[in-house]
Amino acid sequence: MISNFILAPILAHMLTAIVLMFFWKNVQAQKTISVIGNCIAFLVSLRLFALVWENGNMTMQMGGWQAPFGITFVSDTLSATMVVLTAIVSLAVGVYSTAATNISRIRYGHFFIFHFLIMGLMGAFLTGDIFNLYVWFEVVIISSFVLLTLGGKKRQMEGAVKYVTMNMLASSIFLTAIGILYGITGSLNIADLPEHVAAVENRGLVTVTALLFFVGFGIKSAVFPMYFWLPSSYHTPPSAIGAVFGGLLTKMGVYSMLRIFTVVFEPDDFILGVFIVIAILTMISGALGVINKRNMRRIFSYFIVCHIGYLIAGIGIYTELALVGVVFYLIHDVIVKSNLFMMSGIIQKIRMTQDVYRLGGFYKDYPRLSLVFAVILFSLAGIPPLSGFWPKIMLFQEAFKQESYVLLATLIFASFITLFIVARIWSEVFWKDLPKPNAEEIDHFATFHKRGKIALVLPVVGLAMVSLFIGLKASFVFEITERIAYELKNPSIYIESVMHHLK
Amino acid sequence: MKKNSRIRKRRLDTTILRTATNYLLPLLLLFSLFVLLRGHYLSGGGFVGGLIASIAFVLHSFAYSTRRTLRLFQVSPLLLIPIGLTLSFVSGFLPVILGSPFLTGIWFADSVAVIGSVGTALFFDIGVYLVVIGVVLTILFTISENV
Repeated sequence: MISNFILAPILAHMLTAIVLMFFWKNVQAQKTISVIGNCIAFLVSLRLFALVWENGNMTMQMGGWQAPFGITFVSDTLSATMVVLTAIVSLAVGVYSTAATNISRIRYGHFFIFHFLIMGLMGAFLTGDIFNLYVWFEVVIISSFVLLTLGGKKRQMEGAVKYVTMNMLASSIFLTAIGILYGITGSLNIADLPEHVAAVENRGLVTVTALLFFVGFGIKSAVFPMYFWLPSSYHTPPSAIGAVFGGLLTKMGVYSMLRIFTVVFEPDDFILGVFIVIAILTMISGALGVINKRNMRRIFSYFIVCHIGYLIAGIGIYTELALVGVVFYLIHDVIVKSNLFMMSGIIQKIRMTQDVYRLGGFYKDYPRLSLVFAVILFSLAGIPPLSGFWPKIMLFQEAFKQESYVLLATLIFASFITLFIVARIWSEVFWKDLPKPNAEEIDHFATFHKRGKIALVLPVVGLAMVSLFIGLKASFVFEITERIAYELKNPSIYIESVMHHLK
Repeated sequence: MKKNSRIRKRRLDTTILRTATNYLLPLLLLFSLFVLLRGHYLSGGGFVGGLIASIAFVLHSFAYSTRRTLRLFQVSPLLLIPIGLTLSFVSGFLPVILGSPFLTGIWFADSVAVIGSVGTALFFDIGVYLVVIGVVLTILFTISENV
């Protein structure tokens, strides 16, 4: 189906950002407009998903220039799902930041940049042109630099320098890969490329290009040798921004890998082997990194690294069921990781610290809130009925079936460490009594005005409900992920939907 | 005292620059419009045009002061950014209302004297032109205020 509607989620955020700029210094207006914009974008994204679900892939040619030459926008089920996830997280974080972000940050354009960031993410998920994908990556990166450094504390700058350097490196590698790919095929359209790539005689060059793409996306999604920038920068910005970064930014790299390595390159055994080795090392280094950390947000940052390994491992196994697991894990991970950072923001507000050993007595003081937090934490660990359980089982099963026992052992090891750390957070932060020297500290949350409290708690509860829904209505999510995996394994569906007019 | 005299001395030095600026400012602005208009098929366009126009204002702020340059504007340069973005957005969105893909070029049937045929592409470029002026001037004036 050809329709302009595919651009609606992007344009909704763009329009919100433009309107926000007219109210540069008016904090209250900024908050209201941002929430309204997020709501509209959320509804539009749901509609897009519904349309794609009913009518199959949706495409659109920018400016009416036809497919291998013009810029294509394509929405298959994977894209639409990612857009909906982005919209959910954006809505939750948008509401959360109305209370969590301080006024000076809003005056210097927090919301405006935030909407541009989300716009970039949506664009990256919807575009069908590999150079355009690079442009959306840049939009996201530039916006994230601003959000990361807004406020200008020394600690933030230190994190930002590492973040900027590594992401610039990744971008240049990505761009080099695009250049080489264009040199050997003469096309940039993702749907047009596979035919040309298959015709290239120098297979060595194709493998090198594929690996260059893997390195570029790999740095952005924080896989093994190049992951250190993530834990050293994600804990520095305010938790609202950490939530978007943690939930969505690394997943953009994974999404691009899924797209490129199913449609454009048919990965051979060598590339799949690289995927699996990198996945194993990523999981181990993430899991080892998490053990000795005390700062809660640093722990969550290492969890991001560790769990990216699961996704890469699933792509490395490359069977249909493994891809179902990957996409399911992606859906679960986006929601839970964002929620973890927002949760740490609330804890920070109440206790003024992120150090797990100095925290405590949370269950006694806030029993109902603790219950919500328990859902989030144990979804992450994958306790059976909750959302992390299903994709992990699928990945275990596929690793076992493919007889890659080292991978299976690593998957189990990483899960075990996750469970161990989650249990430790639970016992330190929630069960243990509050350590003495902190007991007199003021609770900044209790004195907070009521609307602010609702704005902080509601998004966290909402995302926890989504997590619960994913876990309890797993059959529904299965249906979606199975269709996505089927489409990924049969790239001709994607290609057909873009190139049909040429036949 | 000493500081004051130094400032006066510096100002006296800039007589040539000031006189030149009085003539160069309108010339550069006209040139930027020329570059903006020729940009559809030839090299030029909103981005370069915007940069040239901002150079004109930067020159003015060197010759006089940032405050006097800001007084040339009826609105803050910051406001030019959303106005330009809106213009570009609307010119991209207009074809959607008329049932074509986003960003399709729509042209008026009759061509205008001097400029030639006018279409949505021109308004898109004018939007870019305004955004570039807004961004460059906001950045430069923020820096010069802090120095």
